[in-house]
Amino acid sequence: MIKADLHIHTVLSPCGDIEMTPAFIITKAKESGLGIIGITDHNSTLQCAEIKRIGEKEGVFVLCGAEVTTKEEVHVLAFVDGQENLEKLQDYLTEHLPKISNNVGFFGYQLVVNEKEEIIKEEEYLLISAIDQSIEQVESFVHSLGGIFIPAHIDKRQNSVLSQLGFLPHGLKIDALELTKHTNIDTFTSQNSYLKKYSIIKSSDAHFPGDFGDIYTNLNIDLPSFNAIKEALTNNTLQL
Amino acid sequence: MLVKEIVEKLNLKVFSSKDGLDREVKGGYTSDLLSDVMGYSKEGQIWITLQTHKNIMAIATLKDLAAVILVKGFEPEADTLEAANSEGIPVLGSDLEAFELSGILFNTLK
Repeated sequence: MIKADLHIHTVLSPCGDIEMTPAFIITKAKESGLGIIGITDHNSTLQCAEIKRIGEKEGVFVLCGAEVTTKEEVHVLAFVDGQENLEKLQDYLTEHLPKISNNVGFFGYQLVVNEKEEIIKEEEYLLISAIDQSIEQVESFVHSLGGIFIPAHIDKRQNSVLSQLGFLPHGLKIDALELTKHTNIDTFTSQNSYLKKYSIIKSSDAHFPGDFGDIYTNLNIDLPSFNAIKEALTNNTLQL
Repeated sequence: MLVKEIVEKLNLKVFSSKDGLDREVKGGYTSDLLSDVMGYSKEGQIWITLQTHKNIMAIATLKDLAAVILVKGFEPEADTLEAANSEGIPVLGSDLEAFELSGILFNTLK
């Protein structure tokens, strides 16, 4: 079993705390015994590569992706394998994100930083806007790259597939569903019995240093790899 | 009032399901959260929204709504149109924003 928290924001997300730097996230993950973390900034993958690089040195497996806001304002987690696919995902997000400038005073900084906490890039466009692609279009793009597609925090009253679209759209191919720490999985699936057939993960959706470390899903795998994680999700070999 | 009278008075575009234009309109509901519409809209209401996803037709069918009006010139997805035709619930369109359209519809139904 490996502890996985697949939903962590960094300083790149405008709502992410300035202390959520690559070095900090890896240190905290290691201290907390998380073997796998997912880096999911809003509509951007640009912080992933540096965190993955540090994670490789420190023995923390980093799943690279983003928390995408679809046209319907549904938040979904998208992960892909390898730098080439990550760049394709980034190009897709850049192409479909509206060009609205970030108001730093209002929304917060959007920074890409390195291990030494030097600023590499400041993202100009507001990352928390919705992209102009439907949930189906995002799903099919992510899967065309062999990626992992997980509707995020589906128990939330805003920006979840259930709040925005009432129920999970028929025909949407998902690898797992994510619940917040606030919801009991058995209560949830008894109230939404049609979701029982999916594997369900719990993640932190951390924006601040204190938000993560103790919330995770156990993945029944020996060695972490993208394919092993995808397989554990689709075969539902998880333990909450 | 019937859907077709609303179409005429509000100058709406009919995207699909001409069959449903004789449905009776008992009121209106404006919201873009489908979970909210599922919980709080009432049978016979005409629903004003900017969501174009096919799930709007599932909600409209479930709640037996009279019709759906898309605002700001938004157009339905192809599978939304298909569902509208098979369910017989019209999908209409307006270039107005939800605030303006709701105000006009409110006064029309008053």
